[in-house]
Amino acid sequence: PLWCDKVLLRASRRVEIAYFSHSQITRLYSRFHSLDKGENGALSREDFQRIPELAINPLGDRIINAFFPEGEDQVNFRGFMRTLAHFRPVEDNEKSKGHDASEPLNSRNNKLLFAFRLYDLDRDDKISRDELLQVLRMMVGVNISDEQLGSIADRTIQEADTNGDMSISFSEFIKVLEKVDVEQKMSIRFLH
Amino acid sequence: HMDLNQQNCTNDAWGAARSAAQVWLSLVVGLIMLPAMFGVSLGITETYMKVLIKTLKWATFRIQKGRRERETLKPSPSNGIIQRDDGSMEKEIGELRRSRPKRPDGGDFTLSDVFYFSRKGLESIVEDEVTQRFSSEELVSWNLLTRTNNNFHYVSLRLTVLWGLGVVIRYCILAPLRITLAAIGISWLVIGTTVVGLLPSSRVKNWLSELVHLMCYRICARGLSATVHYHNKQNRPRKGGICVANHTSPIDVVILANDGCYAMVGQVHGGLMGVIQRSMVKSCPHIWFERSEMKDRHLVTQRLRDHVNDKTKLPILIFPEGTCINNTSVMMFKKGSFEIGGTIYPVAIKYDPQFGDAFWNSAKYNMVSYLLRMMTSWAIVCNVWYLPAMTQMEGEDAVQFANRVKSAIARQGGLVDLSWDGGLKRDKVKNTFKELEQKKYSSMVVGDDSSD
Repeated sequence: PLWCDKVLLRASRRVEIAYFSHSQITRLYSRFHSLDKGENGALSREDFQRIPELAINPLGDRIINAFFPEGEDQVNFRGFMRTLAHFRPVEDNEKSKGHDASEPLNSRNNKLLFAFRLYDLDRDDKISRDELLQVLRMMVGVNISDEQLGSIADRTIQEADTNGDMSISFSEFIKVLEKVDVEQKMSIRFLH
Repeated sequence: HMDLNQQNCTNDAWGAARSAAQVWLSLVVGLIMLPAMFGVSLGITETYMKVLIKTLKWATFRIQKGRRERETLKPSPSNGIIQRDDGSMEKEIGELRRSRPKRPDGGDFTLSDVFYFSRKGLESIVEDEVTQRFSSEELVSWNLLTRTNNNFHYVSLRLTVLWGLGVVIRYCILAPLRITLAAIGISWLVIGTTVVGLLPSSRVKNWLSELVHLMCYRICARGLSATVHYHNKQNRPRKGGICVANHTSPIDVVILANDGCYAMVGQVHGGLMGVIQRSMVKSCPHIWFERSEMKDRHLVTQRLRDHVNDKTKLPILIFPEGTCINNTSVMMFKKGSFEIGGTIYPVAIKYDPQFGDAFWNSAKYNMVSYLLRMMTSWAIVCNVWYLPAMTQMEGEDAVQFANRVKSAIARQGGLVDLSWDGGLKRDKVKNTFKELEQKKYSSMVVGDDSSD
């Protein structure tokens, strides 16, 4: 039952808890529970696809994929919160300092890494021309021809690629987007 | 000797039980059923409601006091969880591209475009407009029912005692009473309509049929402790028209038929429902479709049109959403009812969740357990607004007309007006909506083609 799991949560000292307040965790757990139709404490890809606004999002499948670690089909509440933690606003960093010296999940770099991984389909830390084309095709549907899409991909790689390997690495990705207000655009603010 | 004594004891027990049942039944008939049948009120329900409201107010006060002592803020569910920036795709992606020089044709692709889609996606994962409509509305303050006790904690002994007392009253006193009334109401409907059906067609038959229907729906309404406030009765649906309303539960029919006579539309069922349907149709025309007939849209529209064109027949009652929604919003109205022609009489129904949750979550509860839940709630309190009649305007197609009626109902009932299909409760969203988003984004990538 719902209240049982909350007791377990309170006892937990996981890193993810540091990103959300108690009431926010309660709301997120309610949400997790309502999405979990199978009532087995974990969400599958189908559970996410049942959200209509996500199903019509052109990058819906890539976003859903971000929740699932390599090769797994289920995400538990910890993993759910961990992915959502990337979108916490950056000024809330006081709480997240603590368990280890590594960067907080919602830092600018980690937000950019989240976006990078949307493009990097095979998780080889490089965005190839082919991967860029596939993601572009997801976003534009049937409305742009292969040739035009190809030239857009070429132009994008040309702008970003500094070491001439015809693909975009994470550091090249960061450089291209250095002027974009990542903190504001990749953040979700809770009302309470 | 012993045997005789034992027999006497059991005889006495049976006699006592029988006389208790007789007293019970005559009380029910005399105090509730008869007045209900004739639309008269003895004030018992009003007194009950007054006591209930006072008790719930006290309970709310105690919970708030308890909460303040523990200093935890419970977020109000009606305000939403997250701040949603409802900027359009053009505005949001435009801001993302601010740092780049504008191209001559206005179109561009940047690696940061995905930020827009990922934020929108994550926002919908935390909170979306649609899936929350298919489960019961969360209450701001506990109303002393076990079933709504989700996020509320133990506050005080007095409150718990009150809750326990509530359980006893609801399950041991109110529920049997209501079940008795419902049974009487339904049997009276079946018997009454069958008897009236034996008469030849005449004005008297119609009048009697309306009387029988009204009486039994009134009994059923009492059987749910329904307190309904009807507003704007001058706009009540008239013969030869179509009454449309937002749908929350099967009880909607009882609520509306308590105040007027309608021709029901629906699928033919088996079992008890089937018996009721067959007897109802004997006394006045209702429209029941076989499952196979429902698939033929033209047949359905034609039958409804024939009924509506006959100005002596009762107004049809239709719920264009096609499924039960949780009464916080109105979802897409299916255009079928709006293609029939004829005058539309919109009706808005809003239940007060404090006294009982009327929403039928058909995925969680079947009809019987749902009705039992209804009968063990405090009461069903709702407001019904009759809106002025609407007809299709020149140059307006059925979909636009349906949306216009839907907005009027949503506005009156204080409900959120959504364009999403209620069918999303069970089905996946159509791909065409995703294609629309892709098309919108494509025009931002390609830019304004007219400049070549």
